[in-house]
Formats: sequence, C-alpha cells, structure tokens
Amino acid sequence: MNKNSSLQLIVPGGPFSRLQLLGGIFIAVGLLGFLVTAFGAGSVLPAVTLSVSVGALTFGSALVFWRMAQKPAGVDNNGIWFSGATARGMAGWILAIVFTGFYVVLYWMPQYLEHLIRMSDPLSWLMRGEAADQWFLYGFFYTLAVLIMGARMLVKYRDNRYQVLRTISVMFFQLGFAFILPGLLRMFNQPEFYFSYFWPLKYDYLWPGSVSNFTDASRLGFFMVFWGVAMTIIVTPILTYFFGKRWYCSWVCGCGGLAETAGDPFRHLSDKSLFAWKIERWMVHGVLVFVTVTTGLLWVNSALEGSILGGLSQTFSVTYGFFIGLIFSGVIGVGFYPIMGSRVWCRFGCPMAAILGLLQKYFSRFRITTNGGQCISCGNCSTYCEMGIDVRWYAQRGQNIIRASCVGCGMCAAVCPRGVLRLENGSMAGRYNGPVLIHHDDVSVQVDADWKAQRPLMPPAQEDLPILTDRDVTW
Amino acid sequence: MKRHIVIVGNGVTGVTAARFIRKLSASQITVISSETDHFYARTALMYIYMGHMRYRETKPYEDHFWTQNGIGLVRGYVTHVDTARKVLHIADGPEIAYDSLLLATGSQSSKFGWPGQNLPGVQGLYGIPDLVLMERYTRNISRGVVVGGGLIGVEMAEMLHARGIPVTFLVREDSYMDYLLPQKESRMINEEICRHDIDLRLATELKAVKGTTRAEAVVTSTGDEIVCQFVGLTVGVHPNIGLAQASGIATRRGILVNEYFETSVPDVYAAGDCAEFNRDGIGSRRVEQLWYTGRAHGKTVAFTLCGMPRPYRRGVFFNSAKFFTIEYQTYGDVPAEPPGGIGTLCVTGNRKLLRINFDRQSGRVTGINVLGLRLRQDVCEAWIQGGAKIEDVAHQVNRARFDTEFDPSFARKVQRMFTQA
Repeated sequence: MNKNSSLQLIVPGGPFSRLQLLGGIFIAVGLLGFLVTAFGAGSVLPAVTLSVSVGALTFGSALVFWRMAQKPAGVDNNGIWFSGATARGMAGWILAIVFTGFYVVLYWMPQYLEHLIRMSDPLSWLMRGEAADQWFLYGFFYTLAVLIMGARMLVKYRDNRYQVLRTISVMFFQLGFAFILPGLLRMFNQPEFYFSYFWPLKYDYLWPGSVSNFTDASRLGFFMVFWGVAMTIIVTPILTYFFGKRWYCSWVCGCGGLAETAGDPFRHLSDKSLFAWKIERWMVHGVLVFVTVTTGLLWVNSALEGSILGGLSQTFSVTYGFFIGLIFSGVIGVGFYPIMGSRVWCRFGCPMAAILGLLQKYFSRFRITTNGGQCISCGNCSTYCEMGIDVRWYAQRGQNIIRASCVGCGMCAAVCPRGVLRLENGSMAGRYNGPVLIHHDDVSVQVDADWKAQRPLMPPAQEDLPILTDRDVTW
Repeated sequence: MKRHIVIVGNGVTGVTAARFIRKLSASQITVISSETDHFYARTALMYIYMGHMRYRETKPYEDHFWTQNGIGLVRGYVTHVDTARKVLHIADGPEIAYDSLLLATGSQSSKFGWPGQNLPGVQGLYGIPDLVLMERYTRNISRGVVVGGGLIGVEMAEMLHARGIPVTFLVREDSYMDYLLPQKESRMINEEICRHDIDLRLATELKAVKGTTRAEAVVTSTGDEIVCQFVGLTVGVHPNIGLAQASGIATRRGILVNEYFETSVPDVYAAGDCAEFNRDGIGSRRVEQLWYTGRAHGKTVAFTLCGMPRPYRRGVFFNSAKFFTIEYQTYGDVPAEPPGGIGTLCVTGNRKLLRINFDRQSGRVTGINVLGLRLRQDVCEAWIQGGAKIEDVAHQVNRARFDTEFDPSFARKVQRMFTQA
C-alpha cells in the first residue's frame, strides 16, 4: 500500500506532508483562538488573544504556503473538484453558512461580536487612537484575509508575473488605502475616507448628506469630495480606456481584492451558462439604474429642500443601502463565495463594475487576444473565469474576447495549457477580430440565399457581439 | 424532403463538420455516438482525472446548443453501413437512412501483443470509458507504469502524479520524443519529467505485464520487474476502421480518402483521425491524428457535403502540447535532425527555449519551436509562409510574443545570439 494513500482522502491533489499538517494545526489554533475570544476571552486579555490568534493563523498559513512553494511552480488546480470545500460539498455549504452568518451578525446583531471587538481594541487604539467598533473589527478581518490569502496567491502563481504584481497591488490597496489610512484620518479627527472607493460602489460619497458632512468637517473634506468626483468622472474613464476595467476591479478595489485572494479557491464555481449571463446583464445594469436614480433624487430633493419629493428620496436611499449595500454586497457577495464563486457581487450587483464594463466594452483598448487556431477547447479558461464568462466559446473560434464583465484577472490566460489567451491593450482598430478558427484564406464562400433567410446562422448564444453574424456568413 | 447528412462520431471532426454544415445548408443533420450524449473535449480528459474540471466543464457547448441549431444527436453504436440501400444499422436501435454519410470514428489505442496486455488495470487513454477504468484501477495503488514516450504518455504520467501516485515512465527512445524533437528540446523535457519525481526510464521497453486477476507488475526490456497495479499503454493510436471494414469501404491503415474526403463508396466520406489520404502531399502525413487536423478536416468536409467541394489544405504546420509545466508550440518544419542546408538558431533559458530554423542559402525561416514561451500563430505563420529572412525575424522576435504581460522578453537574447552567430 502506498504510504500516502490513506491521507489522499484529505488532499486528493497529492501527498499530504507533516509540515502541512502542522500548518493546519496552527491555523486551527488561530481560528479556535478567535472562537474562544468571541465567547468571552476577548474582554479579558485582548492583546494576548489577538496576538496569539493572529500569530498562530499567520504562522500556520506560512507553513502551508512554504510547503506549496516546494513543489515546482506552475498552475496547480489538482483536486479542486474533489474537495468538498471547493466543490460545493458539505464543507462548502458549512463555509457559506459561516460567512453569511458572520455578515448577518455584523450588520444586525453586533452585540454578539462584543468580545471580538474588544479583542481588536489594542490595535484600534494604536491605529486610530480610539476604541474599536464592529466596523474596525470587520476591516481588520477583511484585511487579514486579503493579506494571508494574498500570500497564498503569491506562492501559487509565483511563475506568473502578472498575477504576482496584481496580487501585491490589491494587498497594498487594502492594507494602505482601506485599512491604515482611514484609521489615521480618524486619529487626526478627519472624516473617515477610503481613497480607493468611489461612487457608485461607495454610493454615499456623492450623496448630498455625505458631501456636506465632508465639506463641513475640514478643508481635507473638500479635497475628499473633489477626489471622489474626479475619480468617478475623469480618472475612471481615462484609465479604463487605456487598461480596461481591470485597473480597478482586479488591481485596486477592496471587493475585488478579497475575491482575488480569499475567493481564489472558489473562482471556478461561477455559473458559465447563457442563462446566468442574461440574468447578470439585467441585474447589474438594474442596480446601476437604481443607484443613479437614487443619487439623482437625493440631489433634487436637496436642491428643493425637500419641498416636493418629501420622503421619497429618503425611501430610495434607505432601500438601496439596505438591499444593495448590505445584503447584496456583503451577505450574498462574500457569503456565497463557496456556492456561486468569488465574484457574485461584482458580477451581478456592483454598479461600479457596470459602468466600468460599459466603458470597457465600447471605449477601451483592452481585449483578451486569442491566438489563431491554437485552442483545444479543453475548457480550463471558462472553468476558472470567476466572472462566469464562457471564454472557450470565443477562444475556440479564434475570436478576441471583449466582454463588459471581464475584470482582467488574467486567470484564463494563466490556466490555458496551450498559450491561446493574452490580455492586451492595443489599438481600437481590429479589436473585434471576428472568428478565425483555422485560417482566413482557406475557405471563403457565399452561403445559400434561402438558407440565410430560413434561420439565424450561428446560435444566438452569446449574442453580445453583433459583429459575429455577418463575419460568419461570408468566410 | 431535406437532405439527410449523418455523421458517425461526435468528436471534434464530426462536430466541427456538423456545425459548418449547419452554417452552410438547411440539411437535416444527425450525429451518432456510442461514447457520450454530447460533444466533449477529448483534450480535457486529463483535467477531469486531475480534478481541474468535471465532465460537464469539458463540453464546449451547452446542451441546448444542439436543439437550437437543429443538429440531431443519437446515442448508439453503428454496427454496419448498407451502402447500397444507404442505411445505417445501430445496435439495439432503428435503421437510419442517409443521403450523405461522414465517418468520423476517430482512433483506438494501440497494443502490440504484449503478454498480459488485456489484464484489468492495463489500458490506454482515449475516451471517457478509459477514464472510468483508470479511475477504478488507480484507486489506492502503490505505483503506476506508463509505457510509451508520446504526448499521451506524458499526460498520463502527470495525471497519476497529480493524484500522488508514484509513476514509472518507460520510454523506448534514448531521450523523450527524440524522433520529433531536437536534442535540446528533448533533454529539457526529460529534465522536466524527472523534476516532477517521475521515475523516467529511457531506452526501456515493455516486455510483459504480469498478474493473475489484474496487473501486478511489468517486466521491462532491461530485465527489471516493476511492481505496479496500473499500466498505461500510450504507444500511439491507430485509425478506428472497424465500421468501414464491416461495410465494404476501402481501408489501408485508415479509411482511404482523397483530398475531398471521399471514400471508395459514393456519398460516404471519412475525415479526422480515422481517415488516410490516398496519396502524399495532401496533409502533412497520410494519417493526421491531431486535434487541430481533426477540426480542419471537419470544417473542410462540411463544404464538400454542402455541395461546395474544396480540397483539404493543411497550411503551415503547427502543433502544441504541454509537458507538465512546460508549454510547447511548433510551427512549420522543425525536424529532430536538421537536414543539410538548414541552419538553426536556438536560445535557451530557465525551462525556456526558442529555436528558429532557416535555409542557409536563402536565409528563409522554415520552422520555429518554443518551449516555455508563447508565440503568435499568425505572425509565425506569416513569417514561414512569406519566407521571411532569419535576420529580420531575429530582430523582430517581439512581434510574435504572446507571453503574459510583464514576463521578461527573450528578444534581446535572440538578437545578441544572432549577432554573435
């Protein structure tokens, strides 16, 4: 018998070393530390429970990643569909319930997090000069997840420079712009502000209430409002034109940062069906309309000093905040990672992604180029697309991929075993290249006129690309 | 009545043909397969076993695609074609009448009469049934032996390795695939295989498989006996011509066809792995058994089947593979040993290699190999087809780059090497 065979049940991907086991034990100790803290220990010795738990978690993770680094570099998705945690098995559902439950407690029952919040007090005093609250705790856990799982990304994709740089970038923006800087601002009695979030993702940054809060607070508040407006209106279209929406979604954004790091083990769970795509388009653009209308109403109401619209704009903003801000982006967005993949929010709900997507599709140099007829239709690209794009559909036709939802994570190109895909910023001319499949020149015929009249040529599937049909007919 | 085109085989050839027939005509199309209900990517078999994908992820089209496009699918095993009456017989099924018939029956794994080759746990890897068997016979085993140093062999070694099963890899040649790959490439792959803890045994052949109820050991040509419970036979594939033979259609190694994929029987065509061209110079060889050629055959024969006959042209040869973590692309003609008059420029790095072959006299580029690098097919093709000069190609190598953004470029190294040479 193989000495590893019994342990293969735990990790079907390969031998399970003692080091990994040790790492697992440390991780378990760290998580247990948080659990014990949550049930009372946090208030007793906050500094001790905090450092022991975080220390054990970090050390354990480091051992596991170190072991990963011993294997030859290269895409290793071995056993992902065999493990319950990553293939919607029992462990996956339990994870989903735990994640979802955490958000429910965080939003609506923060009293149950009291001990954990007290545990983070020492850090909060250090960083912000004040006691912690539930949002500090949340930011702390969030950042910890991005950093630890980001380290895992760095090891897993160490031979892919694009992935490495991108991961360092999201780790940097989460730690610096979404955790340390807002804390420092509070320490200096400035309004808490996230320089890496803009309207409409951070919808209230352009709502009249927040704007007056910022401007009333300090001169820096004026700059914050200016920053927010400039990022939304000027910088976003320019950067998206040159680099596609990836400059934000998979390099800067905190939601994207969590999805790209903690969400990486679940990226393949996104639904690739045409049906899902149809829902996605209605939903994500619906949210964009919703937030735009809400923002507009608030400003009209504010200009009219509430004389005509009365409570209407208020109703809109509260509804948006509750259903989209809390439930969609938080509870579902992260809670459903182990069920629907890591980008549920980004794909179906984020209005910022919707705007960036429209820009990317129509006013951008970004595309994923397909390498002639090299595709072997294996399906790795589609499987590992967290946005649920059926990349293979395009790749096997030899057609460039230009999709509003693509966040440019580059994973399709990374997992492709035949070098078929490349993320590129090129000229707008020839961006939509039409299908090539094998060769342009070997076949060019006219289609029977009567056949053309009878039915559409290629399936209306993926009809997003209007250019397909006529190119298809004549080649 | 619409013309009825029947296709036997739902692999890449049959399905590509069906798709293009649908684009070009209103004929009734029926695709028959005994293997699966729907088309799946055979190239992804290894990824199912390794847990990267499930079967459903390997299907390039959603199941509703076929009804939506009016392509009928029949699950069944065709036993015989009555070419006089133009009907097919399906085992335990109805007769199906056709107007035109395309045989796209693919290949079968080869076996060379070794003792014990039919024992349970000894098998090739070609389709879903093989994968099911492999799943069954590699549970809790202490070692697997893979026989045959081709592309499937290295895939099978990687599959077993991914499951944590120790692998012995028997390769007849002195160096992996040295009949196709130049020495440097071949050696780089040897090293890559060993780097993944595969027990690679070069210049070693299989003599026999031992065992009573299932494989228990193999005996090699060097006299070693290796205890193992699974033997992967990946010594090549041969055209699946049983149906053609049973139906009186001319065959040699494969089903004989001309450049229009017409067989010896009117209204019967054959394409893909199962076909054999009746003369040289049509394809890159008489029997072409690659994914890419299967797809190209399917597309070309579709035009013929729709009354717009066009001869098959292979174009500039290309192929690709992946050896563990090293990707491989080849364009044009890069033989293992360059013939006289052909020069070669070869740059290597850490598990990376770029080779450009050229005609010494005219300076024209004749072929390109890359390992661990990605090149643009259209650029390479244009170079080779257009007879680009080696000095131009060497100085513009970046035009063909298809590597991930931020990856270090190889171009300067190539230029330096070229100026030195």
